[in-house]
Amino acid sequence: MTAATKRREEETKRQVERAIGRSGIDWTSVWFSGALVVLLLTTLSILLVLIADILMKAWPTFQERGITFVTDGLSLNPATAGVFTAIVGSVMIATIVAVISFPIGIAAAVWLEEYAPNNRFTQFVDTTVRNLAGVPSIVYGLLGLAIFVPLVRALGLGGSSDGKNVLAAGITMAVLVLPIVVITAAEAVRAVPYSIREAGFGVGATQWEVIRSHVVPSALPGILTGTVLTLARAIGETAPLLVIGVATGYFAPAGDATLADQITGPYTALPVVVFSWSRQTQAEFANTLAPAAIIVLLAVLFILNGAAIWLRNRTEKKW
Amino acid sequence: MANNIQTAHRATAVPMKLNEAGSIAVSGPKRVTGGTPDDSNRVILELDAVDVFYGDFHAVDSVTIPIREKEITALIGPSGCGKSSVLRSINRMNDLIDTARVEGSIRYHGVDLYGPTVDPVEVRRRIGMVFQKPNPFPKSIYENVSFGPKIAKYGGNMDDLVEESLRRAALWDEVKDKLEQSAYALSGGQQQRLCIARAIATSPDVVLMDEPASSLDPIATLRIEELMFDLKQQYTIVIVTHNMQQAARVSDRTAFFSVDVSGGQRTGHLVEFSKTTELFTNPRESQTEDYITGRFG
Repeated sequence: MTAATKRREEETKRQVERAIGRSGIDWTSVWFSGALVVLLLTTLSILLVLIADILMKAWPTFQERGITFVTDGLSLNPATAGVFTAIVGSVMIATIVAVISFPIGIAAAVWLEEYAPNNRFTQFVDTTVRNLAGVPSIVYGLLGLAIFVPLVRALGLGGSSDGKNVLAAGITMAVLVLPIVVITAAEAVRAVPYSIREAGFGVGATQWEVIRSHVVPSALPGILTGTVLTLARAIGETAPLLVIGVATGYFAPAGDATLADQITGPYTALPVVVFSWSRQTQAEFANTLAPAAIIVLLAVLFILNGAAIWLRNRTEKKW
Repeated sequence: MANNIQTAHRATAVPMKLNEAGSIAVSGPKRVTGGTPDDSNRVILELDAVDVFYGDFHAVDSVTIPIREKEITALIGPSGCGKSSVLRSINRMNDLIDTARVEGSIRYHGVDLYGPTVDPVEVRRRIGMVFQKPNPFPKSIYENVSFGPKIAKYGGNMDDLVEESLRRAALWDEVKDKLEQSAYALSGGQQQRLCIARAIATSPDVVLMDEPASSLDPIATLRIEELMFDLKQQYTIVIVTHNMQQAARVSDRTAFFSVDVSGGQRTGHLVEFSKTTELFTNPRESQTEDYITGRFG
């Protein structure tokens, strides 16, 4: 290699080094990502402060009462008042929500995604479902009061509560979460690759066979996650329950009541208990019992979300 | 239906020769070449002045091709010339697209497939399909193969049928110990052979292949080509391909499509249809010659 060639190569190397080398710090990027981190931490810290505050207030209750706080029913005496009645109410409402809204919502989603022709009616339904998901929950409460409470009464299931029971509450909550179930399930169904449908049709499957054997099983993890999360929403909602006549004060504990009495009689739910205790005149209710009930509510939601993730992972592995 | 399955089952009684041929696969020195097509083979499918539309878009104009039994017919041509549209109209896969419309007639054993009493589901059981990208179901290898026969209420021994189909697709030896595993664990080439096994498990007469090797590497492609050569002993195959060498290697007859870009629309049409050897060595149309010699444009 001649000296001239070598020089040229050295020169090229230097030029390339300059061209692809770092030209100082990108301050815009640093500033922007820093700002994002600060905002994130702010959000998180607000949440953390909130939880820490509630935990500290709730701690004495759990320390004194232990598990009996969870297993005791309602009481006017702060020393014996527990959230059991509310847990029963919430679980019953959630069960009714699941039984009503999951089948209807998933069926509607499958129809919208797989069968519905692309016309004005379908577009109207689609838009309406999306709008319904954004309607304030209190409006659903009014709907429940106007329709479902009288309906339950008319069906002879009013019991001692005159229709203001978990049945009316469950139906109202089911209608409340239905649009969300439809939207999440429809998204899960839409995410199934078209090639899987083609493969099914290609071997001579009918549309029903393709949907039953391939589309729905493939969409199941997404559908399950979405639906379980809507259950969490139903358990956390308070406003519609207040409108449709949930018991906000003390009511006779259903000691010797049968299950039928519990279903048709007065009821309460976890968020409602938090609400009513925080308004009680006795200081213990607002200062220690309400925070403890919040912790129980959060725990229930946490467990439900965990169940959603567990279900998704399980069904995904199974394909 | 029952009748068809029985026919197929009789056919499954002579598979061993095929299996040996299949298992030679890549390592063997076997050359895949298009056969010398026999004009005495019966015409099983007749495409007669077929037009395909998508809404107002006229995708394919008046295609007439006779497809003969137990031959490989290749459809070649540049992108957008409508060869896939024609292929998909043969087993009414185009029905799945809302706006798609087929005019003219496609006769299968003399019966118009677009006749008012024809059930597209039954058509697809007899005219199977392999797609461009391997698209196994997200299920086990076994379930992938058994799904078609299961929904067709296959009455025989399913294990035997699955094994048979996988053997014919030259995949059995590679998957026999992991039939319960996910089909997604297979390589791309294996997945495509699984899709072929799935397509032949319902004992179709005709297998349509839409660029079956376009997403595969050359070795996997060669295996698919060899497999097609074996399969044509029993099935009539129609293949769409971008790859002219592939058409020349495997097919008995070739249809060359081109596209008119006039009036703002790209409408595909058939330029020439003849025996593969003739089309590639002595094309009648200058357009064909330009395309096969790489001077297209």
